[in-house]
Amino acid sequence: MQSFRSQDIALTLSVNGVSHSLSVDPCVTLLDLLRERLLLTGTKKGCDQGQCGACTVLIGGKRFNSCLILAVTQDEASITTIEGLAEGDALHPLQAAFIERDAFQCGYCTPGQICSAVGLLNEGHAHSRAEIREQMSGNLCRCGAYTNIADAIEDVMYETTRAREAAE
Amino acid sequence: MNRFEYVRPNSVADAVKALGVPGAQALAGGTNLVDLMKYDVAKPARVVDINRLPLRTIEETKDGGLKIGALVSNSDLAWDPRVVKRFPLLASAILAGASPQLRNAATTGGNLLQRTRCYYFYDPATPCNKRQPGSGCGAIGGVNRIHAILGASDHCIAVHPSDMCVGLAALDAAVHLEGPQGTRLLSFFDFHRLPGDQPECDNTMQPGELITAIEVPPSEFGDHHTYLKVRDRLSYAFALVSVAAALKLDGDVVAEARVALGGVAHKPWRDREAEASLCGRRADDTAFGLFADAVLREAKGQGQNTFKIELARRTIVRALRQAAAGTPQDQSHKTIRSGDRDASR
Repeated sequence: MQSFRSQDIALTLSVNGVSHSLSVDPCVTLLDLLRERLLLTGTKKGCDQGQCGACTVLIGGKRFNSCLILAVTQDEASITTIEGLAEGDALHPLQAAFIERDAFQCGYCTPGQICSAVGLLNEGHAHSRAEIREQMSGNLCRCGAYTNIADAIEDVMYETTRAREAAE
Repeated sequence: MNRFEYVRPNSVADAVKALGVPGAQALAGGTNLVDLMKYDVAKPARVVDINRLPLRTIEETKDGGLKIGALVSNSDLAWDPRVVKRFPLLASAILAGASPQLRNAATTGGNLLQRTRCYYFYDPATPCNKRQPGSGCGAIGGVNRIHAILGASDHCIAVHPSDMCVGLAALDAAVHLEGPQGTRLLSFFDFHRLPGDQPECDNTMQPGELITAIEVPPSEFGDHHTYLKVRDRLSYAFALVSVAAALKLDGDVVAEARVALGGVAHKPWRDREAEASLCGRRADDTAFGLFADAVLREAKGQGQNTFKIELARRTIVRALRQAAAGTPQDQSHKTIRSGDRDASR
């Protein structure tokens, strides 16, 4: 069994395809590590209590609130943040859909909304607008862009379904 | 957040050893513990990261039930095809709680151990007998709209916040524990406790014990179940009142009834006497109303939460109508189903 009394613990993380070997205090959350150590400030700190979803990132393709995760528990994890979704200048379909549908106003919740929506599509449990709304309820938007956010996700959900059916 | 020692065991035996010192706390999904540590409500001297323990599988039991590893995430449990098909009440209760992000992190064992969301418990600047025994209760005579109407004491009126546990209570689940004295199996009903004069103890776990699995016996309620949760917004909010109901019907007559309530007490609330008295009666609003009256006969409001008594009564009746009609509440389409048997055809 490993026990750590020292301030810093060795940690290896893959973030957006880049491997990082770090030494971190066990108190540090994944959110603070991403923002303050790796300077990936796309992931936002809203409530810091798991209530707003602004800090949502993907770990192994699943969505999580990075504010409630101690970084040391994620040794060898593969993490994707909002900075890792586009391929060069080619936006992720959800990023493009958010722009197309004007799915934000101030933009502070947007990285979390988009990462959460990527997670939602990966999960494959949403098949209707009502299900999208329910399964996006962990992401708050104080500007109230919910209608357009649901529109953007619905567009990509139907596109993905159509593409999958065409391929079959 | 206080400084703590971080320990990462690879086996249950090592974890139990690591938990056997004062101030040690197990960390699984972290959705509640990390939050409480940020508020200085939880100040563990040692954090035992149990995420590497082999407790992530769902196994069939010999009697046709399921044994769910303590580290199975709430999402994996709710969407497991066996749970969806054979334990839809459990799946529904899980999906009524928290958000997808939280359910991805939160674990089966951790769900049982989450603490109350009482405002005073969360605020170290106020008195709270649960957080600091003997300091008093801020909620009694204070802001108590979300607090208990059943089984509270003069020391604490907090409620247990879980939805999943309400489903597990209705399903007569059991809890597998491993500790310094070995393993034991505890009925779900005996796991959580009422506050009495020791509100600092949420449950009957002994020092150094670890939840290793939850077992659910086979359930034969078919479509005659529901999880009906009433809250201040349509999603991602704790229950004011929730009801897990399951019925076995013999024609129009109740052969078996299981009803667990959430949001009303320090533990998921069941009243087996009232359930027994519902058996043999016609499954109609009259019987459901009498049942609700019996369950709530000793309910007591604290002022701001007194509305919950009538809310609980109506939610029980509506949940039983839904269960009788075989029209369980959908957790995505938010209109509360009438439970009108003619309308459901």
